Formats: sequence, C-alpha cells, structure tokens
Amino acid sequence: MTKKEDTLGGKALLSLNKIICYIFLVLLSVLCLFSFYILLINASRAHADIIKGFSFLPGKAFLTNMKGLLSDDNIPMVRALGNSLFISSLTALFTTYFSAMTAFGLHIYNFKLKKFAFSFIMLVMMVPTQVSALGFLQLISRMDMMDSFTPLILPSIAAPVVFFFMFQYMESVLPHEIVEAARVDGSNEFNTFNMIVLPMIKPALAVQAIFSFVSSWNNYFIPNLVINSKNKKTIPIIIAQLRSADYMKFDLGKVYMMICVAIIPLLIVYLFLSKFIIRGVTLGSVKG
Amino acid sequence: MGQLTAAKQKRKSVSYSKWGYFFIAPFFIIYSVFQFIPLISTFYNSFFENYRNGLMQVGPKFVGFQNYIAIFSNSDIPTYTMNTVIIWVMGFIPQILVALLLAVWFTSFRLKLKGQMFFKTVIYMPNLIMASAFSMLFFTLFSDAGPVNIILTQMGLIDSPIRFLTMTWTTRSLIAVMNFLMWFGNTTILLMAGIMGIDPNLFEAAQIDGAKPMQMFLKVTLPLLLPILVYVVITAMIGGVQMFDVPQILTNGNGNPNRTSMTLIMYLNKHLASKNYGMAGAVSVLVFFVTAVLSIVVYEMLMRRYRGEKKSKKMGVRL
Repeated sequence: MTKKEDTLGGKALLSLNKIICYIFLVLLSVLCLFSFYILLINASRAHADIIKGFSFLPGKAFLTNMKGLLSDDNIPMVRALGNSLFISSLTALFTTYFSAMTAFGLHIYNFKLKKFAFSFIMLVMMVPTQVSALGFLQLISRMDMMDSFTPLILPSIAAPVVFFFMFQYMESVLPHEIVEAARVDGSNEFNTFNMIVLPMIKPALAVQAIFSFVSSWNNYFIPNLVINSKNKKTIPIIIAQLRSADYMKFDLGKVYMMICVAIIPLLIVYLFLSKFIIRGVTLGSVKG
Repeated sequence: MGQLTAAKQKRKSVSYSKWGYFFIAPFFIIYSVFQFIPLISTFYNSFFENYRNGLMQVGPKFVGFQNYIAIFSNSDIPTYTMNTVIIWVMGFIPQILVALLLAVWFTSFRLKLKGQMFFKTVIYMPNLIMASAFSMLFFTLFSDAGPVNIILTQMGLIDSPIRFLTMTWTTRSLIAVMNFLMWFGNTTILLMAGIMGIDPNLFEAAQIDGAKPMQMFLKVTLPLLLPILVYVVITAMIGGVQMFDVPQILTNGNGNPNRTSMTLIMYLNKHLASKNYGMAGAVSVLVFFVTAVLSIVVYEMLMRRYRGEKKSKKMGVRL
C-alpha cells in the first residue's frame, strides 16, 4: 500500500469503496437466489394458497405436494429420475475414462498420426452436436437404436473438451519416466494406464466426472429427439412436457415440486462440492 | 508435443508407438460413427427435397441448393438469426461487464473482500441448473397469475398483471436475464484466473509509479487480459449460436410473440421433430459454418502454446 492511502482520507475512501462492493455483491446474490427461494416456498404450499397470494414464509404442504407428485400416474417422475441418473452416471464414467485414455495415448506415445490426431480433436472441439443431429438421428434409426439409451450414452466416449482437459493435466503431473519405470517392472502398457496413471490423475477425473454428469443430467436437445416412450423419458423431457400441457389445469403445488425435484438434488450436491467445482472451472480453458 | 529429448523419444517410440493407436482408437471410432459420419450425411441431406406431409413421404429427391434458397427467401433464417443475435447481445453485455467488475474486485489487494468463497458459490450456482427447469421456473414466476405479478400487485406497483410473455421485449429480456444469470458467474471465475495469472510485479511497478486504480485497470489489467477476454467472447458466441433450451421451454417452442424469440436451433429442432430433413440439413450446414469460423479463432489460441513448445512447461495446470 502506498503512503497516500494510509492517511485518514484514503482509508475512509477505501472503506466506502468496500461498502459499495459488498452492496453490489449482495444484490447480485439476491438476484441469483431469489427465483430458487420462491421455488422452495411455493413447493411447500398448497395449490389454493399459491393462487390466493404470495407469502415469503414456507407453507406446510411440502410432503403433500411430494406425495401428490410421486403418486401421479401421468407424470412418471420416479422413473424419469432413475433414467436420468442411469444415463448421466454412465456418461460421466465413459467420458472420463475414455478421455483419459485418449489423452494418455497422445501424451506418452509417439506415432505417425499423433500430430494429426491432436490437431483434429482440437479443431472439432467447438463443433456443437446440434449441427450433426440430423445425420445422427438418421443413423441411429437405421441402427435400430431409436427410443433407447444407447445413443445417449455411447457417443460420450468421444468428448474433445474433456480430452483437452485431461491432456493438459497429464502434461503437468505425469512425467514419461513413470511409464518407463513401469515398463522396467514388466507392466503391460494398458495395466500401467489403469493401475498407475488413473490413480495419479484422480482430481482431474473427479472434476470432469462432475461436469459431464451435470451436462448429461441437464441435456434436453438430443434426448428429446431420441426418446419417445413414456417410461424412458428423462427429467428435462418431463419438464418440457409440463410446459406444453395445459398448465392452468395443473395443481401448482405439484408443478413447483416437479421443478424442485429437477433442480434441488443437484444444488445440494453442488453446495458440498462447490469449492472443488469452482476450482475446476478454470482448468482446461485458455491460459494467458 | 512431448517433453523428452528427440533422441530419447525416437528410441522409445520404436517399440511402443503402436500403443498410441490402441489408446486413441475408442475416441476416433466413436467420434467417426456418431459425429463425423452424421455431419457428412447432414451436409448430403441438405441438397435433397425430403419431408413428410401428413402421412405422405416426399422425396428424397436431389434439388441442389433449393433448400438454401428456400430458407433465405422466406425470411425465416434472417429473422431467426437476428433474434438469436439480439437476445445474445442483451444477455452478454451485462454478463461481461459484471464479470469483469467482479473479477477485478475479487482479485484486488486493496479491497481484500471477505466472504469471496460464499459469493463465488452463489454466482456460479445458476450455471449448473438444468436450463429447461430454470426456464420452466421463470415461466411460472412470470406468468399472468404468477408470484412476480402477485408481488408487484400486493406492493401496489401495478393495477393489472403485466403479461410478460405476450410482449416481444419482455420475452426477450427474460431469456437474456436467464442467460446472464447462468453465465456471469462462470465468466467471472475465468477472468479471475486470467487476472491472477498476470505477473504481480507489473501491478506493483504501476503502483510505485503512482497509477490510480482506474489507470491500473485500463493500462495493465485489460491489455494483459485481452487473450482471455477474446477467448471468453468467442466461446460465448459459440454458445449463443446454440441457444435453445431456455427460449424453447419459455415459449413452448413457438418463439412467441409472433416468432420474435425463435432462435436458429429452435428452428432446426422444429424441422427435425417434423422430419423435414431437407430444410433441417440446410439450417444445420449454416449453423456449422458460423460455429466453424468462430472455432478457428479458439483453435488458433489454444494451439499457440503447442507450437511454441519451450513455453508450454511454464503454463502448467493448477489444481
């Protein structure tokens, strides 16, 4: 700190600045939390109360709404939760394992097509899945995979962004000598990867597993075009259906409860892992 | 790419290089089957008349550039492109400004703000929310008899409910606000990492020279942050082109009122859902080229460090 600021006037100015910062931050936080606050409040209130007016205090109908939602035969909520959980878990597993595998291959070995392979992955990294959705749908209907989970899970093996993250991580934590030492000890290359390399990159695996789980959990575009049957639908599809149904006829307590079920479990997990997740955001992006 | 010396690498690569192919094979097989071939066939489809009219299947019949002419001449594509751009800009300008401000505050040694972890946790949170559920939530909150209208009425600010979703600019604003809320936390964290990566000696030197906070920001922080800012803007643009979940759910796929909030991908989704494959192909190709141009910039930025090999060690990953 310079001398000038140590004077009384400088200090007063600094604390005024600080107050402005805190006020702005608190306002932004309120903006972020406000909609979720109303969501929780209204999920705990009965339909009749919600229509009558708004209250900043929770009601007593949380369990009633929950029971009403789970026992509603028209909304396969439990089934959708199970489907989403199944698809997202496998996606997270496949994405992290195979991206690490690809990164390992390009980090450790030297082969003719190495440069080409790396440049190719980097080049297609930003191409959105939507642009090939048409060909994708035609392909899976020809492969007889329409209305099944396979086309939602299997493509996650090729995830360029996750690959790039793993590649960068290996560059910083995985020296070639480790692999060579394993060779001397007679380890097969694939075993070296599974037994020695994977444990070494655990933090990267965990961060990417979380991110790929979340993006699969939230994914709507492709699943909506692939899945038709009622008992295979995922949470985002169910939510979209709620919107297209005649909304005014619904029990509003149940509507809020449904949104709650889609959002809140993930939020709770986030609150426990937030430190870890936020640190993970910056990794894998460009560095100045 | 490797860090070993060339001679050592050559000796090792003789016996083990085939393993490289083994490890990258799953990626390339899956990518080819589920992404690359579909992309080619999407291009191919865009040159055919191929749609469903009720139960009748029309085509596929080769029509050259007819689909492209069709989507441009009936003003669909120009309109939806403009909608996408307008809504994106409405969300992105506050997003980048607020993120820049917060990133500077959080990293400021002068301010030493407390409770940073709390604020970061809160502002990043909307990024993980299911976009469709978030949009459905906004739809219920801002519906005619929803809580927002009730609160405004109870406070005596309005007499009759504001019908948010029947007006062009309120609908667009709601989408922009959601995009802003979902992404400003993420951008803040990226920019913070960028600022923390700047050599602290530079700030110190500027301070000794008597630079004011504003001068410091404009003359030191901003120029050195430029690469990351460009990265953030370009990736946000790529994300903007893909805008779908939020407007789709909010307007029930119609882009109401009067198609003023219909985005490019919503239009694509409409054609895909009604099996209008010729048109869907043309829209896909268009979106592909827009994202491809933007992707080249990102590619150049990320590849720079792999071309200048010596420097790469310095920029390790921190976890």
